[in-house]
Parts: sequence; C-alpha cells; structure tokens
Amino acid sequence: MNAVATVFLYILTFLAMYVEVFFLVTFFEKRKEIVSHADDNPNRIYPNVTIIVPCWNEEKTVSGTVDSLLSLDYPKNALHIILVDDGSTDSTWAVLKTFENIPNISVYHKDNGGKHTAMNYGISVTKTEFIGCLDADSHVSSTALKRMIPYFDNPKVMSVSPSIIVDNPKTIIEWAQKAEYQLSVYIKKMLGLVGGIHVTPGPFSIYRMKVFRDLGDYKYAHKTEDMEIAYRMQVNGYKIEQCHDALVYTKAPRTAYALYKQRLRWIYGFINNTIDYRRVIMRSEYGTFALFTIPAGIVSIFSAMYLFSFMVYSLFSFVYDKFLRIEAVGKLWVGKPTFDLFFIDTHAFVFITIILYGLVLTSLFLGSKLANGKMKFTVGMIYYILIYSVIAPLWLLKALWKTVTRKEVAWR
Amino acid sequence: MEPNTKEEKINDWKKYLIVFFITLSLFSLALYVSNTFSGKKLNELKSIQDNISIDLLSSETQYSLLNDLDCSQVSPNSVLSDELNNLSKKIEYSDNNIGKSDQLTQLKESYSLLEIKDYLLMKELASRCGQKSAFVLYFYTTSDNCSECVKQGYALTELKEKYPALRVYSFDYALNLSAIETLEKIYHIKDTELPAMVSAGKVYTGFHSVGDVEKLMPTLKDLLKDTNTATSTKTN
Repeated sequence: MNAVATVFLYILTFLAMYVEVFFLVTFFEKRKEIVSHADDNPNRIYPNVTIIVPCWNEEKTVSGTVDSLLSLDYPKNALHIILVDDGSTDSTWAVLKTFENIPNISVYHKDNGGKHTAMNYGISVTKTEFIGCLDADSHVSSTALKRMIPYFDNPKVMSVSPSIIVDNPKTIIEWAQKAEYQLSVYIKKMLGLVGGIHVTPGPFSIYRMKVFRDLGDYKYAHKTEDMEIAYRMQVNGYKIEQCHDALVYTKAPRTAYALYKQRLRWIYGFINNTIDYRRVIMRSEYGTFALFTIPAGIVSIFSAMYLFSFMVYSLFSFVYDKFLRIEAVGKLWVGKPTFDLFFIDTHAFVFITIILYGLVLTSLFLGSKLANGKMKFTVGMIYYILIYSVIAPLWLLKALWKTVTRKEVAWR
Repeated sequence: MEPNTKEEKINDWKKYLIVFFITLSLFSLALYVSNTFSGKKLNELKSIQDNISIDLLSSETQYSLLNDLDCSQVSPNSVLSDELNNLSKKIEYSDNNIGKSDQLTQLKESYSLLEIKDYLLMKELASRCGQKSAFVLYFYTTSDNCSECVKQGYALTELKEKYPALRVYSFDYALNLSAIETLEKIYHIKDTELPAMVSAGKVYTGFHSVGDVEKLMPTLKDLLKDTNTATSTKTN
C-alpha cells in the first residue's frame, strides 16, 4: 500500500476508534442514569395511549403482534389499538376483521400507499395524547409500555424508543443479528443519554401527539419514515429517549440475501435522509445528533468500505503471491516451514485492530448486559463480527450506488 | 411545551476533547507497542550483524591464510552458515514489514559484503582444492514491482532446498553499494533486465524455472550425487 492509502487507513481507524471510545466514556459518565423504570411509582396514573399497527401482507404475523399488544401490562381502558390494512393482497384484511369486535381495537382498510400513509391514516383517527406504532412482524414484552411511559414524566421528552431484540433466532444470520441488535441496545441507550438518537424505529416507538401536530405527518423519506421523523425531531430540538429494558421482539431476516435487502433500504435511508438534512451536520446548535451521530454514521460507512477494500486488496495480494509460487515452482509453499517469533506481524495496524475489536466486543457485552441483565457471550457475537465485516460493505456500496444513480430501493 | 433549550443543546466540548485524547492515547499505545517490537527485531538483526562482522573478519583471515593451508584443513562449509540464511529471510521480512530504515539498509549492505567475500573465498577454494561447487549470483530489485524477481526468488529457494550445496548470493540492485555496483559492471547487469543470474561467468536474464536452472548448471546434479554419497557414507 502506498503512503496516502496508509494515512487514510489510519485516519479512518482513528475515527472508528473515537466513536467506540465516545460510547464507552458515555457509559461510564452516565451509568447512574441507566436505571429501570419498572414499578417506580405504583400510584402512577397511566395516560391513554394509541398503538397503530400498519399492515401490508402480514397475514402470518399480525395476529401474534395484536395478541402481544392485548397482553400488555397496561390499563385496558387506557390502551387503544388501531389496525390499518394498507391494501394487502393476501388475507391480512380478513385476519384483521377477526379483531374488530374487541372494544379497544379499531380496524381500518385503505388503498395501498406505503407504510407512512398507513401510519398517517392511523394518526388522523387517533384521539389520545400518546401514540405509538408497532410493525406487524414484531411483538412486545408485556412490561414494555409501563417501562416507557415514565420517561414522559420529563415534559421535554417527545418520544421514547424501546430495545429491539431478535425473536427466536435459528439461522447463523439471525444469530449474528441478535448480537447486532444487542449492540444497538447499548449504542441507542448511549445516544439517548446524550440526545443523539437518529431513528425512532417502527417497532413500538412512542410519541407525544404534539410531535405530529407540530411537525406534521410521517413522510415517504426514502422508505425510512421512522428515521426521518427522528431527524425532524432532532432538528426541532425535540428530545428522544431510549428505554433499554422495554423489549420488543422482531422477526429478523433469515437469509443473507433478505438481510442484504433490508440493510440496503436502511443505509439508503440513512444516506438520503442525511443528504436531505445536510445543512445541520456539524452545527453545534443541533447538538450531539449533528456533531456526533450523523458524522459517526458517515465515518462508519467510509470505514467499512475502506476496510473492505483493504481486505480485498490483502486477499488479492495473498492469492497473487500463491499464483506466483505456483508459476515459479508448481506448488503453494516454498521452503521449509519454520517458526520464529520474529516473523509475527507487529505492524501498528495489528495492535490498532486488536484494540478496535476489543472495544467492539466490550460494546457487545455491554449491550448484552443492558438487554438481558447480564453479560453473556454468545456465538452470535463471533458470527456478527465475521459476517458483517464481509457483507456489510456490499449493501453500503449498493446504497451509495443507488443514491448516485438516483434509483429507489425495494421494501423487501 | 418549548423545544429543548439551547443550553440543553450546548455540547460538551470537554467530553469530545477527553474522548479525543483517550483515542489518541490508545492509538499511541498501539504505535508504541509496534515500535517496541520493531526495535527489538532491529536489535536482533543488529546482534546478527555483529556476528556477521566477526564472521566477515574470520572469512578475510581464512582467505588470507589460504595460501598457507593444506586443502584438507579447509572447512568445506564457509562462513555462509545457516545463520546467514536465516538472516537473509529476516532481512527480507523486515524489508517488507518494518519498512525502510538506515539501520536496515546498513544491515543489508553488510550482508551483501559478506556474500561477496564468501563468494570469492569459495571460488578460490574450489579452484585451488578442486572442490565441486555451484555458485549463482542473483540480482533482483525491491524498488519496482518486479514479479519476475519474486518468482525467481521462489525458484532459487526451491533449488537450495533440492541442492543444499548450491550457493546463491542475492543482491538487491536498488542497494547503492559500490561493491555490488562493481559486480554489476563486471557482468553488465542492467536494471531493465532483472532478475538476472550469473553462473560460471554467464549471465541469464529474466525468469528461469527450477528445470531451466538445472539445465543451465549441469554440475548441480553432480553436487546432488556427491551429497548423497557423503550422506550414505556417513550413514554407513
């Protein structure tokens, strides 16, 4: 590698390490604020909350989603559920109709217009002060809502996000995502503590109605309406919190290709929403969101792609060297194998990589602690590091390509 | 309700700075550990270099005394011992992994001088005592992406494995050492025709496979026979 490429590599790894250190410093700085809100006030009067479930071809999963909402440990008369069929082409509407006789459930059907239109339809018929959404491929733990609502005791808090956990992982891809989602629990919590959350995810984020009254409805937002609304809130100084012990279980993509499609949409959304809101980047009046979250996201994209290029280059060099050996002597190995400590690679980059992966592993363990209450090693952590190192750059590259060529990404 | 006040949005620059310095410390730690290891490696090479200096002196002395020695008293193995081969590998590795440094260049120069001295000594021994031997002077370059040089290096390594008595003396064309330049002038070696090998006074440019070199140096097979005979005699 030439000197410029090496310097670039060091700059990117420095920035990637900066991001990890930032989270760790935040953890130690704010650890006393990381408390559970369960049963903190037995005399609390819980406010009316409406949960909207937008559905498009969710005949297989929506019943489980609604059942989990009905099982919420929350006063029944304060919980309202709105099911919106967004022009499904399967039997989703028929499934939804089976719930219409339940008193706190309302069922609506509309022509297909995309998830954001289903959400906006639900918002238009909502009468409560608090409103939430739940994707029809997810279900909530019974304690989730009761743990989230106390965050709104702070009048400045406008939205609270839960911790999303992969439901019943079976494949290697699902296990890798389980570790990743646990890592996200930690990262989101740290960002929540410093006002830097950039997405209020579809599965069970709760908002004050004021958000939509003041800032308007959900937008199309490159198929990531839950990211755009968070951007809009941050830009307008609306506080977003993260409730680490409110668990929502979601069905993760089972295959590498399904994961690729999902992440392509997410990263495409991040890139394009960031372009739409580029005016706020690195402007201190927009806080941690503009000074850290967005730049960290951009850095992570470039770091992943550069490291990927580096890996491809190293692999190519390795293969080329073997090719030369075969050409020269007809075999892969030349000379007697010898072991000498002298030949162990002691490049600075080796030690930097060890520190970086150490920080990532620490984050994974802290995520496990926040999500499960204990630090537990899972094989998914190894899957996560191995699989994401290889395939994440693919969706990053594709998302960038789609952005440059102004092509849309598909939902599924 | 008012949105968050500006005061709440004032960023903790102190924290950003602390994070920066912690990251810088971790980065510096990695660089320090790496430099420490590199330093140890260079010290190891320096130690070998010191041994080479003694060997070089010994070689010179042996060379000077050659006229007074009976051929039976001359060791068939020169100072170019396994240690020197080991040094050759370590220098090559350091060249690729530690990076250029004056210390490393100096070491390569010392190594090259010893090679030349050993070559002259062994050639003299072969001539005076009639020892069967095969020498290859191998010129390569590290300054360009010379894939043919890499291939030739592998072929020669393989040959040395096959014929332990073969003596390969490698010289980096990019090393500006007057002794090497003299060799290059003697054999008309040009940097545009690398890799180049010199054997029995003839120059061969470009890549030559193991089979090619065996054809060019028929004495190699004799060396193998001699080695086998010596080995079986020892075994018996």
